[in-house]
Amino acid sequence: MSALFEARGLSRRFGRVQALDKADFDVNAGEVVALIGDNGAGKSTLVKALTGNLDVDEGEILFEGEPVHFATPHEASALGIEVVHQDLALAPHLDAAQNMFLGRELMRAGVAGRLGFMDNSAMRTKAAAAFTELGSAVRSVVVPVGTMSGGQKQSVAIARSVAWANQVLFLDEPTAALGVVQTHNVMETIKRVRDRGLAVVLISHSMPHVLEVADRVQVLRLGRRVATYQAADTSVEQLVGAMTGALDRKEGAA
Amino acid sequence: MSTITKPAQAIETSSSHGSFLERLKAMQSVWILGVLIVIFGAFAVLSPTQFLTTGNITNIMQNVSIWAVIAVGMTFVIITSGIDLSVGSVLVVSSVVSAKTMEALGGEGWGVALVGLLVAVVVGLLWGILNGFLVAKAHVPPLIVTLGTLSVALGIAQIITGGLDIRSAPTVLQDSIGYGRIAGIPAISLIALVVVILGGIGLHKTKFGRYTYAIGSNETSARRVGIGVDRKLVQIYALSGFLAGLAGLLSLAQFGTTTIAGQSLTNLNVIAAVVIGGTSIFGGLGSMFGSMVGLFIPATLQSGFVIIGVSPYWQTVAVGAILIAAVYVDQQRRAAASRGKGV
Repeated sequence: MSALFEARGLSRRFGRVQALDKADFDVNAGEVVALIGDNGAGKSTLVKALTGNLDVDEGEILFEGEPVHFATPHEASALGIEVVHQDLALAPHLDAAQNMFLGRELMRAGVAGRLGFMDNSAMRTKAAAAFTELGSAVRSVVVPVGTMSGGQKQSVAIARSVAWANQVLFLDEPTAALGVVQTHNVMETIKRVRDRGLAVVLISHSMPHVLEVADRVQVLRLGRRVATYQAADTSVEQLVGAMTGALDRKEGAA
Repeated sequence: MSTITKPAQAIETSSSHGSFLERLKAMQSVWILGVLIVIFGAFAVLSPTQFLTTGNITNIMQNVSIWAVIAVGMTFVIITSGIDLSVGSVLVVSSVVSAKTMEALGGEGWGVALVGLLVAVVVGLLWGILNGFLVAKAHVPPLIVTLGTLSVALGIAQIITGGLDIRSAPTVLQDSIGYGRIAGIPAISLIALVVVILGGIGLHKTKFGRYTYAIGSNETSARRVGIGVDRKLVQIYALSGFLAGLAGLLSLAQFGTTTIAGQSLTNLNVIAAVVIGGTSIFGGLGSMFGSMVGLFIPATLQSGFVIIGVSPYWQTVAVGAILIAAVYVDQQRRAAASRGKGV
């Protein structure tokens, strides 16, 4: 069975640093795959390479078994692949609704729309509905995102990606800046998105969260996938061991 | 902007965007409108018979018209966190090329004036595209690009004319646009008003305007969502150049000459007005309304000082002080807003 979204032998070098060294990766529809690894293992580089944010030197990316190449993030989006970046990538002066629909504005019907006029009230209503559905802490879609708390900004970024992803959703450290309640919300969101049949890729340092929500765990070390585990059959100790290389002899367990 | 009155789970979908008054209050430019009203009121009290006359008020309007046209483009540019220092020189070179063309064609009719208009805006547009291309594609900082084109454009205007102003604008241009009035309002001000309204609609209501804010607010995020940032930047600088070209023709109509040496401070005056009006030089924030308020402050001071017999040089002093005060107050308000709203 071929995976929904797959990378084979991706390599990328930055000067003297081999950020990705023949890295493999795969995720199926309707599952949560956690991508873990120590700092500098190549997690963010891999996500960038998979989502059109970075070119690779070698290797291929397959979507539904077909080779694809994304020159820009937009091309990945067009296939229903979305990323919640660690830096959230929000425009702080725009409000939540404007951020959510940025680059995909709903236009007014008819001539007005063709002249470039946007349907702001429809965008606000839809944004509010999306936040309600996610149980988000966002209380207003009309205040600038820059004035919101970290958790609220996070939920704007997540809501935006969830709204547009219909195949694969990447979340890069989505809970790093969050409190207990918001983290719980993010975990619930991830499960809900998976239950809708999407492939979810979670990059996280938090092993308990990884084990709580993931179906499979893939471990990166030194730019290479060193292990894949079924989350149900593994433990924090085993994951940390694979990340740090202490369990080298078990490499390749799958 | 209160959410507290609503049930805990309802997400606010309108508020400041609701009534016009509320929206006005939420704008950072509203307090500077207060400053303008105070200045206006003070002169009105000090010299009601001279300051508060239709003649004087139309005079003020006439004086801001050309700068208003340029300020529309400048507002877009500054919201992207860019700057356009070249507007004064582009104005000059557009009016020079346009005047030369009209001179060569001869005649004083509308046909010649129309060709002159076309030439002026095309020349302006080309300079704007050059600015935009260098900023967006060559990645030279806008300050440097437009400082360079400021010099190049002015030099070319001087080469074309040998440094001597061309004083031959068709009479229809001068009579109808330069000095003409429609219902008592200077024609040049009506033209500027149309440009300002179109610019305001474009900035605040259309996707083009939304992307202008997005680029200034977070260029990386704008790129990630698929906005053609480079293309948009070229278009925005092109708009600024186009409007400087239009201003070149209006200036020719108003003064009957190409004002080669007279535009060296136009860029700084317009930038000051836009910034006084609440547009952030760091990008992402600003409004067309604010820029217009920012334009009327220096013009009102100028006229008022002359009337009450204070040396008009004080206007320069006052505008500089207001510029710094405006940015200071804005920073304070913004800091207070993020403290109050955050966490």
